[in-house]
Amino acid sequence: MNPVLQQELAKLLETALAAVAGAADAEALDQIRVGYLGKKGALTEQLKQLGGLPAEQRPQAGQQVNEAKDRLQAALDERKRLLAERQREQQLSQENLDVSLPGRGLRIGGPHPITRTLRRLEELFLRMGFRIAEGPEIEDDFHNFEALNIPPDHPARAMHDTFYFDNGLLLRTHTSPVQIRYMQTHKPPLRIIAPGRVYRRDSDVTHTPMFHQIEGLLVDENVSFADLKGVLSDFLGQFFERALKLRFRPSYFPFTEPSAEVDIECVMCGGSGCRVCKHSGWLEVLGCGMVHPEVFRHAGIDSEHYTGFAFGLGVERLTMLRYGVNDLRLFYENDLRFLRQFK
Amino acid sequence: MKISEQWLREWVAPRLDTRALADRLTLAGLEVGTIAPAAPALERVVVGKILAVAPHPQADRLRVCQVDAGQDRPLTIVCGAANAAAGLRVPVALVGARLPGGAEIKHTEIRGVASAGMLCSAAELGLEEKSEGLWELDGNLKPGVSLTSALALDDQVLEIELTPNRGDCLSVAGVARELAALTGARLKAPVVKDATVKSKKRLSVTLAAKLDCPHYAGRVIEGLDPAARTPVWMQERLRRAGIRCIQPVVDVTNYVMLELGQPMHAFDLARLSGGIVVRHARVNETLALLDGKSLALEPGTLVIADRHAPVAIAGIMGGLVSGVTAATTAVFLESAYFRPETIARRARGLGLHSESSHRFERGVDPRLQRRALQRATNLLLAIAGGRAGPITEQTAPRHVPKRAAIRLRSARVARLLGMSLSVRSMSDTLKRLGMRAQKTVDGLRVTPPSYRFDIARECDLIEELARVVGYERVPSTRPPIAMAASLPSESDLDADRLRAVLMDRDYHEAITYSFVDPALQALLDPQAAPALLANPIAADMAAMRTQLWPGLLTALTYNCNRQQARIRLFEIGPRFIPGPKGVRQEWTVAGVLHGPAAPEQWGVPARALDFYDLKGDVEALLSVARAGFETRAAQHPALHPGQCAAVYRRGTGEGDSGGLFGRLHPAIQAKLGLEQPVFLFELGLAGLASGAIPRFREISKYPSVRRDLAVVVDRATPARAVLECVAKAAGDLLANLELFDEYRGEGIDFGRKSLALALTLQDSSRTLNDEAAEAVIQRVVAALGSELGAQLRQ
Repeated sequence: MNPVLQQELAKLLETALAAVAGAADAEALDQIRVGYLGKKGALTEQLKQLGGLPAEQRPQAGQQVNEAKDRLQAALDERKRLLAERQREQQLSQENLDVSLPGRGLRIGGPHPITRTLRRLEELFLRMGFRIAEGPEIEDDFHNFEALNIPPDHPARAMHDTFYFDNGLLLRTHTSPVQIRYMQTHKPPLRIIAPGRVYRRDSDVTHTPMFHQIEGLLVDENVSFADLKGVLSDFLGQFFERALKLRFRPSYFPFTEPSAEVDIECVMCGGSGCRVCKHSGWLEVLGCGMVHPEVFRHAGIDSEHYTGFAFGLGVERLTMLRYGVNDLRLFYENDLRFLRQFK
Repeated sequence: MKISEQWLREWVAPRLDTRALADRLTLAGLEVGTIAPAAPALERVVVGKILAVAPHPQADRLRVCQVDAGQDRPLTIVCGAANAAAGLRVPVALVGARLPGGAEIKHTEIRGVASAGMLCSAAELGLEEKSEGLWELDGNLKPGVSLTSALALDDQVLEIELTPNRGDCLSVAGVARELAALTGARLKAPVVKDATVKSKKRLSVTLAAKLDCPHYAGRVIEGLDPAARTPVWMQERLRRAGIRCIQPVVDVTNYVMLELGQPMHAFDLARLSGGIVVRHARVNETLALLDGKSLALEPGTLVIADRHAPVAIAGIMGGLVSGVTAATTAVFLESAYFRPETIARRARGLGLHSESSHRFERGVDPRLQRRALQRATNLLLAIAGGRAGPITEQTAPRHVPKRAAIRLRSARVARLLGMSLSVRSMSDTLKRLGMRAQKTVDGLRVTPPSYRFDIARECDLIEELARVVGYERVPSTRPPIAMAASLPSESDLDADRLRAVLMDRDYHEAITYSFVDPALQALLDPQAAPALLANPIAADMAAMRTQLWPGLLTALTYNCNRQQARIRLFEIGPRFIPGPKGVRQEWTVAGVLHGPAAPEQWGVPARALDFYDLKGDVEALLSVARAGFETRAAQHPALHPGQCAAVYRRGTGEGDSGGLFGRLHPAIQAKLGLEQPVFLFELGLAGLASGAIPRFREISKYPSVRRDLAVVVDRATPARAVLECVAKAAGDLLANLELFDEYRGEGIDFGRKSLALALTLQDSSRTLNDEAAEAVIQRVVAALGSELGAQLRQ
């Protein structure tokens, strides 16, 4: 290529690249593109002039012009990309939000703490293979007392302040009647829990006239008191999520023999003694025992062939211990400031 | 039951400190609730002897006493008590003493006379609630001895919470017997000698109700000194057991009851005419009781009568007229066995509960009566002198409870406890509990003692074994159980799913009482006749709820009164619907809404709740039930007549509504004192249950076409009719239909409204072209026009 042309081409490219570098927007870039690479563009013109060159110079010259065009096109693309990026950045910077402002929409509600405890307990026993059974809350004397070995003049009746209706029916004082109803309609082996509302005519700081219990019953051919201890230890450890010291203490329920009350080491003070455990270090959490043969008789199960255990626990008590609630009455006031703490 | 540790240790003295002794009892089923000191610390309080009493020169009601308090010379102490008298021994708080009430004793001058201490009543020493006058101590106490040691006040009172089956432990003797069996320590019962009979006086005893009273012993004691006082040691034991001192005869009977467990009664002999008859009350008999009440006796009540009339309700309470008084010089002492069920039924029927009935209804040892009578006689003779007559005793052996022998099988013990015990150790344990045990081929033949009313079956013996061995020694095992999978049907709706829907829509769960205020219930459900409790705990908790609304509205008001603005509560629980076959218990989900539609937040204008917010929540519940539901306008007395709807399962009749929702009637809202509208819903869970199991439908691969329509219809035309008409006319090609606007007002004739609909059309087998879509729209417009008089909005 002749040096004059070569010099001209270099100068042209230099000018064009400078223009690209100075272009402020896509429009300016487009003008540059048309001005150099368009049909009548300066570089296009260079290519046209090649016809005037000697034939042996043409291929090399053509290649040089094309290289210049490619360089310019690359510069244009790069500048375009850069400008677009800048523009996007600028736009984004204008869209900056205060992310610390609160989000919109509904809030989320929550379950009653009693439900929380019931669900956990149900889940736990379902995983152990128990089924959930239900029974009526308006009960008859037979299922609530008589079939549970509490005949009419039994002193234990005095411990159940019972709500009655004029027709002699009553509000169940415990979930134990569900045991009877279930045994009357199912054949062993049986494994049930019966959660629900129960009622006693008692109202003060530590009693509400309605509260919740969970009854458990397991009947099979060789169920023993040792099994009862094992199952309840597992359950309490799981519920409180720690290895607890337990104490099985002889007690009395007309519908079990032997009977026991279960104390756990105080979860508030760890057993060193506090107001909640009345400085004994122990908390009574449930009653249990081996199903009394008389109860089996009422339910139509042969007590020589089958043995079983039953237990009953107060859901409010466990809920208070679990969440540190210090006043039983809070459960039934339904104060939102209380309920919101149990989402 | 309160029991003095000192007294207990007199009977049995295991090598255990107080805490360990209490724990041993607790772990054997005699739960020791509290352990409290028998008396406060009484430093510098001593026994004093009043040497002389002189009037106070300046004050009529004060006296100046010279008191021997064991010091070199008598103390001069000014005293206001009326019973201050020379020769009396009384507690003296010396200078420097601090009384339980906080008072510190100093040298003082009372109206011009120097006083060096204080003469005390039992109340001033914190030993009684209320006292009259100085505490008159026994005459044999040495002046100057500290009161704590003179009265053995350094004692603990154990409060034992006995279960109702352990009536045999309602005495020092009973607990001591138990403790001896548990620890192996020797039981040291006081020797009870037969009192010498020095009087010939006797009363005949006739058992005229042998089943209820099969054994009765009694005797006359005459020549009692009416001025005799109960010795302080006995007063103290009664006090520590929580029993008030009355006078020697009554105190002795109470003492024997506490000691041996035999409730006794003393009649003033002078007030009885003729012999004792234990019989049932006759028609129209009455009895004035010791507590002052007069009682018309229900025929059949077991009474103790003389020749003329009842003088006591057997085993429960004595009569006023025949009771002993300060002037009594001759008594008839009763020591009887009454049938537990008889006493329990009557005591409960009468609402009377006494120390005596408490023991009789749990079972008093039927072999104890004579011994108790002898013990009481000895004590009374020692305190008040007198001459004892011969014991009159009547028995109906057929009705005296007998303990039958029980078969105890070793294999059964192992099976029930999950732990084997040797026949020998079982036999030892049971014998320590006072039982007779003979070896048999498969275990033991056991006869419980007369006082163990709670031991009747093999399992009772097994409990005794486990109890004495210690529950802690029974191993912990897991029952081997057969696999039995159980999964509820997928079509059953889980209440937890509904709970989740509501919680996610900002509801909190409430739990309210099943019994509500009958007045509120009547206001909200006037047509229902709720089941009423015969003995409600309060008048406003007497009606079994027929809806969940009364409780929820009460909770709403409670929260409104505590400055809560936005309230959304729900409850899942039973309602109690009375019916011809009794009360039906129905599981129900119900909710209450109040306050702004959304929580207060920036950038969103606050908007009051309205009916459609409520409906949105109800529809959310219905959607998870996966069954076809529709809502129809309805009426309910508790709800706004124009903002009330009922839910129906598609295709069911008017009687089968699954629930209601709407705005609380403004009149009721006003009555409840609520300023803003309240919205309520209640759905029966049964109606929501058993929905469909999801069934897959092919998703079209072809694009859909959306067409919007605005149609003008009469205001009275329900939107549902428009939507149903569109759906029917559009046919299978309609993939979705939404109503996105409702407009009334300018541009629309009065009495008409405009509804904006979005139809999404789609074919499952090809791309829908414009002509096909247009054809559908034409069909829809034509149908709307002909069926509902709808026009396209211009």
